[in-house]
Amino acid sequence: MLQYILRRVVLMIPTLFVISLISFAIIQLPPGDFLSSYVATLRQQGEDIDAAQLAVLEEQYGLNQPIHVQYWKWISGILLRGDWGRSFEWGKPVSELIWDRIGVTMLISVLTLLLSWVIAIPAGVYAATHQYSFLDYFMSFISFAALGTPSFLVALIFLWIALAFFGVNISGLYSEEFVSAPWSMAKFLNMLSHIWLPVVILALDNTAAVIRTLRANLLDELNKPYVETARAKGLRETALIWKYPVRVALNPFFSTVGWTLAALVSGETLVSVVLSYQTSGPMLLRALTSQDMYLAGSFILLLSTLTVIGTLISDILLAWADPRIRMEG
Amino acid sequence: MATEEMQRPLDAEQPAVAPERIKAERAYVAPQWKLMYWRFRKHKLAVASVFVLAIFYFAVVFAEFVAPYDPEVFSTRYTLAPPTRIHIVDSQGQVRLPFVYGVKRERDPVTLRPLFVEDTSSIHPVRLFVPGTPYKLWGIIPAEVRLFGIDAPPEEQMVFLVGADRLGRDLFSRIVFGARISLTLGLVGVLLSLVFGIILGGISGYYGGVVDNIVQRVIEFIRSIPSIPLWMGLSAALPPNWPVIWVYFGITVILSLIGWTGLARVVRGRFLALREEDFVLAARLVGSSEMRIILRHMVPSFLSYIIATLTLAVPGMILAETGLSFIGLGLRAPAISWGVLLQEAQNLRSVALAPWVLAPGLAVVTSILAFNFLGDGLRDAADPYAR
Repeated sequence: MLQYILRRVVLMIPTLFVISLISFAIIQLPPGDFLSSYVATLRQQGEDIDAAQLAVLEEQYGLNQPIHVQYWKWISGILLRGDWGRSFEWGKPVSELIWDRIGVTMLISVLTLLLSWVIAIPAGVYAATHQYSFLDYFMSFISFAALGTPSFLVALIFLWIALAFFGVNISGLYSEEFVSAPWSMAKFLNMLSHIWLPVVILALDNTAAVIRTLRANLLDELNKPYVETARAKGLRETALIWKYPVRVALNPFFSTVGWTLAALVSGETLVSVVLSYQTSGPMLLRALTSQDMYLAGSFILLLSTLTVIGTLISDILLAWADPRIRMEG
Repeated sequence: MATEEMQRPLDAEQPAVAPERIKAERAYVAPQWKLMYWRFRKHKLAVASVFVLAIFYFAVVFAEFVAPYDPEVFSTRYTLAPPTRIHIVDSQGQVRLPFVYGVKRERDPVTLRPLFVEDTSSIHPVRLFVPGTPYKLWGIIPAEVRLFGIDAPPEEQMVFLVGADRLGRDLFSRIVFGARISLTLGLVGVLLSLVFGIILGGISGYYGGVVDNIVQRVIEFIRSIPSIPLWMGLSAALPPNWPVIWVYFGITVILSLIGWTGLARVVRGRFLALREEDFVLAARLVGSSEMRIILRHMVPSFLSYIIATLTLAVPGMILAETGLSFIGLGLRAPAISWGVLLQEAQNLRSVALAPWVLAPGLAVVTSILAFNFLGDGLRDAADPYAR
């Protein structure tokens, strides 16, 4: 087991390296270096930056040096000193801005994953065991509708319905008095009372996808001889189905949980832009449009890294639960 | 010929059994495409989707003809005008061909909101193939006949199928022109992904071993990082002063850079399965070259799968473009795509006042569902010998 974990962790290093390269490339993509645009912004606001301070910054980020030196300065700053660079729009170090937003994004994504499984697994099993029943058709219909509607559109429709028919504005992750308050139990509870909306919206898509695939997989399994054998031996139907074919049919979901998590984090960024939630999405969008590149790059780096780590954790849990995986490596 | 003659008397004697037999015999001699067609025809939703998509792509090709107005023509008179009601019974209770009343803009004396009131004295019949404002089809061929419209010039009276936007432009015309970008971008993006997917998936599946391992790791890597933040970062880097057509291709390339992985997996899987088939071994034994084996023997047998997978990949592309344009990082006005049109709906006041600004979303949902059903049907038909 320990060997398996070690091997997975070592395999993760090249992945993380490539992620950091891509994030760095995105930081570098906009024309001109960020410092000159920073100076330009300051000048526009009527302030001026003195040459000495400029030189310090230039030295710190290695701006007049070749690109690999710049990359090294950037990544070693993150790894060794926890220095993610500065957000020029906010005038703060990036590390002060992103952690709680990233945390909420991850919380929403994981909750969504759990919620969609809680709904989809029983529903998919029901649909497969009661093929062509009314509920089966009904769930197929709902699934198709959910898969066809982009989640940001669902979010918009929710907002509109709440505003038009109930006269309430449901955008925002916190009630007004908590928006700029520091973290506290009250703020956390307040957030939990708002968080169900994005979770439900995001879960729709994934639930629909899981129901459809699980139904197809399980239908294949149910026709296999071992099910017949178990039935012939007199096993109770419920116990039989949940104990053998369902577990086989569920396997692909657990082994690709990393992809699902990536898709959910992805969807969350878009949905929270619509709902104007104080999570990664809107801040990343703003950073990108105002070319606040260290902030944007950090978001992309962190979101990807955390998704990869999430995958690793789920893989380890899976290997712990299923000896076959440990053997295959 | 002979079998037909023999079956005719049989038909007369046993009408209940004979058609079955004819069908079975026809199936033995039918070419593969015919079997696929028969299988496909059974999927009713997929067949319906073919018609829906045919209509959509007709509108894409002949947007200037289908749209009743120029998508850029605006008039403050029609700001957020609701869909024009099309009547068939006039105020005297007489049934007549479809027509619209003239619409006057007034203000609600209390809330000061604009109100659009029908003027029952002026009647404009809605007709097909009416001469409208002149246009140039594909920017070249001058014409003035539109698919439908009313006899009045737009300055006097307009007909809005789904309402007007904030600047008083006809939303239906804009959706039709938006389809031109949104629906083709999906196809171009998928074709581009196909090139990546076939090359990398094919290499991976055919050679196996180390190459396969590397390509598989790359695919796993790409799928395990969140795509939208990455797309956002890449498309934000497209220079803002690029012309629309460049941005269009830029976005397409960005989307396919990540979108090829699904296709590559399918291609690889098929390649792996086919490599072991007897007919491939036979071809190799008689001394066919590798290229000939791939192109002449393997590709035809998984082409149908590729087409089905391609169809199922289009919705993802459409969704991604719509999402990116919606948050302002994809195509930008003056380009018209469904995502750009939905930007209007970001303003909740607009949505509350004029829910029809969500209409482009309906177009998105319809096209995505149609592509999904079509892909399902094609996938079922892809292997007509199964079962």
